[in-house]
Amino acid sequence: MTMHSVARHAIPAAVLLASTALLLAGCSGDEPDPGSEIGPNPKLPEQSQYLIPPMHVAKVVGWKDGETPKVASGLKIQALASGLKHPRSVYSLPNGDILAVESVAPPEASAKRPKDLIMGFVQSLATGGSGGGNEASNRITLLRDADGDGVAEVHDVFLDHLNSPFGVVLVGNDLYVANTDAIVRYPYVPGETKITDPGIVLTELPGGPIDHHWTKSLTANEDGSLLYVGVGSNSNITENGIQAEKDRAAIWEVDRQTGRHRIYASGLRNPNGLSIEPQTKALWTVVNERDELGPNLVPDYMTSVKDGAFYGWPYSYYGQNVDPRVMPQRPDMVAKAIAPDYALSSHVAPLGMAFSKGTSLPQDYASGAFVGEHGSWNRNAFNGYKVVFVPFNGGKPDGSPKDVVTGFLDDQEQARGRPVGVALDKSGALLVADDVGNTVWRVSAQ
Amino acid sequence: MTYSTSGIPIRRYRASLRAIPLHFAAACFTGALITDIAYSQTAEMTWANFSAWLLTAGLLLGGLAVLAGLVDLARGRFRFAGGAALLYVLGNIAVFVVSLFNAFIHSRDAWTSVVPTGLALSVVAFVLMILVAVCGSITERRIAGGY
Repeated sequence: MTMHSVARHAIPAAVLLASTALLLAGCSGDEPDPGSEIGPNPKLPEQSQYLIPPMHVAKVVGWKDGETPKVASGLKIQALASGLKHPRSVYSLPNGDILAVESVAPPEASAKRPKDLIMGFVQSLATGGSGGGNEASNRITLLRDADGDGVAEVHDVFLDHLNSPFGVVLVGNDLYVANTDAIVRYPYVPGETKITDPGIVLTELPGGPIDHHWTKSLTANEDGSLLYVGVGSNSNITENGIQAEKDRAAIWEVDRQTGRHRIYASGLRNPNGLSIEPQTKALWTVVNERDELGPNLVPDYMTSVKDGAFYGWPYSYYGQNVDPRVMPQRPDMVAKAIAPDYALSSHVAPLGMAFSKGTSLPQDYASGAFVGEHGSWNRNAFNGYKVVFVPFNGGKPDGSPKDVVTGFLDDQEQARGRPVGVALDKSGALLVADDVGNTVWRVSAQ
Repeated sequence: MTYSTSGIPIRRYRASLRAIPLHFAAACFTGALITDIAYSQTAEMTWANFSAWLLTAGLLLGGLAVLAGLVDLARGRFRFAGGAALLYVLGNIAVFVVSLFNAFIHSRDAWTSVVPTGLALSVVAFVLMILVAVCGSITERRIAGGY
C-alpha cells in the first residue's frame, strides 16, 4: 500500500477526532445569568452533567502598590495589614486587637483517580499556586491599630504551628481555635500579643487522611456555654465513599466545659461563617453547595440553622431535588430535607459571614449580614469574587444583596485578591480577609 | 499447457510492533468493563476508581499503539489488505474514541460516572474490540500470504 492510501484512510479518523473535540467544546458556554437564583425562592434550572466540567479559576496576580478593591459609594477602603501569608479569616477581640488567621490547606490525600491529579492542579491555581504568598503559615497574627488610622502598626505572631486553623472565638478569657482536626483552648490575656501556652484540646474534629473541606468555622452561643463548629463534607458528592462522610457535612454543637459534642444540624455540604443573628439569637451559616450539575446549580446559600434539621446533602438540594449521583439513594432522608432560607447564586463560594450589629457604616448597612464570596471555579463566567451585604428585617433576609466590596478581579479577569472571612472591628468597620491578596482590608464610612 | 508454479515461500515471522500496546490497551478496556459491572452491583467507589485508572492507562497505551502502527506501516508489517484491514483500523480508532468519551464520563462524581452511560460505553468498546480482533486476525493472515 502506498502512502497515498494511508492519507485516504487517515481522513475519517481526523474527522472523527475533530468532531469529538467540537462536541467537547460544545458542552461549555451558554450559561444563563445566575441572577434569578438569588433570594428566598431561587428558580432552579434542570440538571446538566458535564463531559468535561468547567474548571475556570482566575489566575492570581496579586495587588500592585496602591491598588485596592472598590467599595460602594459612601465607603472607603484601606489595607489594615498587607504582606500576610494566606489570611483566611479575621476575628475581632474586645480590646480592638484583630486576629488574622493565616492557614494553608492540609496535604492532599493520595490521588484516588486521575481526576484528583487534575483537580489538585486547578486548586493550586485557585490559591495562588506554589509560588509567592502561599508559603507555610498556619499561624495567627495579631494586628493592632492603636492610633486608629486604619493601618495596623503592630503585626505579631500570636499563635504559631497550628494545623490549618480557620475559626476563632473568645469566650471570657478562653480563646478557642478551630484547627482542621481539633478545637484547642488557650488562655487569653487582653493586651498580650503572643500566646506561649500549648493549649488544651477541647474536642477532636474530623481531619485527615482525606480532608476535602477542611475549614472549621467556629462561634459560640449567646451565653457562651456552647460552641458551634462547621464540619464540611469530604467530597463534592460522596465520590470518596460514604464512609468518608461520617460526622461531616454538619454543624456540631460542643459543650464548652466538657468538650462533649453532638450533631446540631446536618446535610450542610460545607458550612462556614457561623454567626449568631443579633435580633433572634439564631445560629446562621453560609453554605457551599455541590458542583458539576450545571453553571447555575446548585446555588450556595445562607440559612438559619434549626436544631436537628437536615438540609439535604448529599441526597438532595433545596428540599427534595434529588441528586442522581448518590447511590444508594435515600428517599427517607430526602423526605426529611428542608430548604435553606436564602440563595446567594451558584458557585459564589461564600466562606465568611458577619452580622452588621454595631457597624459604623452608613444607615443602609445597619441591619443585615456581610458575606465574603471567594468566587467560582465551576462555571465559565466568574461569579462571586466580592463581599455582599444582605439586608435583614426582623431576623430574616429582606431584599436583594448589595455589592459592598468588588474589584478583586482586574480587567483581564485575573485575581488580585479573593475575599474569605469577614468581621467587624471594635469601631464598627468591616474587615475582609483576602487570602490570595495576602491582605486584611478595612472598609469604613467615608 | 504449462503453468508457472510458485514455490513455497519461506518467510521469517515478522512480529508487529503495535500488537504489544494494543493488547495491553484491550486488557485495560476489558478490565474497565469488569470493574464498571462491579461498581454497578456494589456502588463501592473503589471499583469506579479502578475503571477511571484503567481507561486512562488504556488510552495512553492506545496512543502508543497508533505510533507503533505507523511504524509497522512504514516497515511493511501492516498493509491495507482488503476490507478487513480497513475495518481493523477504523475499529481500533472507534475503540479509542469511545473510550476517550468514557474516560470523561468516568471523571464525573459518584454513581453517574458509571451508570448508565459509562457502563454502556464500556460494553460498546468491548464489543468493538472483539470485532477488531476478528478483522485483525483476517488481516494478519492476508499479510502473511494466506486468504
